[in-house]
Amino acid sequence: MAEVLALVERTDGSVRKASLELLALARRLGEPAAVVYGPAEDAVVKTLGDHGATRVYSVDHPELAEFLVAPKADALVTVIRRTTPAAVLVTAGREGTEVAARAAVRLDSGIITNAVDVTAGDGGPLVTQSVFSGTWTTQSQVVRGTPIITVRPNAAAPEVVPVEPVVESVPVEIAETSRASRIANHVPKTGTGRPDLADAAVVISGGRGMGSAEAFGLLEELADAMGGAVAASRAATDLGWYGHDFQIGQTGKTVAPQLYLASGISGAIQHRAGMQGSRTIVAINKDPNAPIFGIADLGVVGDAHTVLPALIAEVQRRKA
Amino acid sequence: MKIVVLVKHAPDPSATVRYADDLTVDRASVDGHLSELDEYAVEQAVSLVEKGLPATVTYLTMGPEGAVDGLRKALAMGGDDAVHISDEALHGSDSLSTSLVLSKALERIGFDLVVCGMASTDGEMSVLPAMLADRLGVPQVTFASALSVDNGAVTIRRDADSAVEEVVATLPALVSVTDQSGEARYPSFKSIIAGRKKPVTTWTLADLGVEPALVGAAGAASVVRSAAPKPPRGSGEVIVDDGQAATQIADFLVAQKLL
Repeated sequence: MAEVLALVERTDGSVRKASLELLALARRLGEPAAVVYGPAEDAVVKTLGDHGATRVYSVDHPELAEFLVAPKADALVTVIRRTTPAAVLVTAGREGTEVAARAAVRLDSGIITNAVDVTAGDGGPLVTQSVFSGTWTTQSQVVRGTPIITVRPNAAAPEVVPVEPVVESVPVEIAETSRASRIANHVPKTGTGRPDLADAAVVISGGRGMGSAEAFGLLEELADAMGGAVAASRAATDLGWYGHDFQIGQTGKTVAPQLYLASGISGAIQHRAGMQGSRTIVAINKDPNAPIFGIADLGVVGDAHTVLPALIAEVQRRKA
Repeated sequence: MKIVVLVKHAPDPSATVRYADDLTVDRASVDGHLSELDEYAVEQAVSLVEKGLPATVTYLTMGPEGAVDGLRKALAMGGDDAVHISDEALHGSDSLSTSLVLSKALERIGFDLVVCGMASTDGEMSVLPAMLADRLGVPQVTFASALSVDNGAVTIRRDADSAVEEVVATLPALVSVTDQSGEARYPSFKSIIAGRKKPVTTWTLADLGVEPALVGAAGAASVVRSAAPKPPRGSGEVIVDDGQAATQIADFLVAQKLL
């Protein structure tokens, strides 16, 4: 059975949940193998093996972190040429998408982005996408080259299927033209202590109706009570109430958690595009005509400033 | 110095989009406009010149006849001239062939700096800037939330998920800018009139020396097998808070096994 490569991302050294989801999808298509930038530490190899990776390809080169994107594409292309996989899966996100895009050009291979599902099909993987702000569902296939597919987080659940992976270190040469965009300064962002927004099972989100930056403290409290992440609408981030990194919607992040709780968010189409793939949507808004109620599984017409503190207390009481 | 801004004429985000029988987006049936995310690219290019960078600004687009409207909107915001690549054979092109055609056009126009938006508002792939940089062999300096050009180099601030980075590259280079780079201007009546008088050149594939077999549906490396409108997400119960809403939400979450 041909290998299917999953490009692994790490945050603070540990494997991202989204990468484990790629391995679960890869198992449907062939033999899952992982590609890791940097050294493959024992703990990383164990995690990947626990989730079905039969091989772990480690590409390590100091210039991977020195220049933007292109060296990582060099590395991925090297592994693809060496292994001739049946498909390559990459988590959709700024860097992953660009690495995938460059690999597609180098290999003259078709690329399909932002998959919400991938299944085995006649003549190659069948890729499901949710397009035009989630109003259409399409299924597409790559018909030339190695299928390169970027996958949205939460498209599949990680599966525990332990194997003992073979670790292979792949030497890579960085092209002269890839040493072009130098990362002159890199300031890591301090973590929030909450789950990564894209990977979170519960997302507590606030908009203009929250009224102030301080009111986001309520959302954080609720998120912490439920083990979730905090997000915001563009209106709220533009007002400076919460960081742009946490913006949901067309120009921000697309999430598909188990629960999306929208508080004080009217639900413009650009916002809905980023969250309507969520399994369950709960909305709190003062305006009974807010469009968000049209897609909410439970809508509450009310004031977030009274509903949220009561809800926090209620959640804490039931969890105790 | 020569700046080329890539723009796309995309369906209005609030428009009802349909797929045609050949499973391509039916662009003729919807109102289009300059992709909102490209307005940020136009803004950055025009303001670089206003801030004193000695440069001309050329817009480049590829698309059916209506795509000229996108160029006119950009020209109303500023800049000098525009190129429209229009050819029947391009219908159904995927991102690989689109990047091939645009790279040939960029080579023909010549450039020191290419500025793109962070994504189109229709396809939302975000792959073209990286693809173009790869094809052109120039530095990719993408997802800029701030941008400056100085001494033959471009410097950007790139907001990644886990870090804020400063990225530097020597010109010629390709930049993409985010919606955080600066609010796009609203053209005045006077600038709209001025924009109408600026030259727009139309090129075909033959002008670019690209074989029609490499583009369009025939040259696509990926194909849409099916497209179906998603049934609208039905709304559930809407309750009015009478002091019991928190309990009702908690009960609902328990029933959904979310709590």
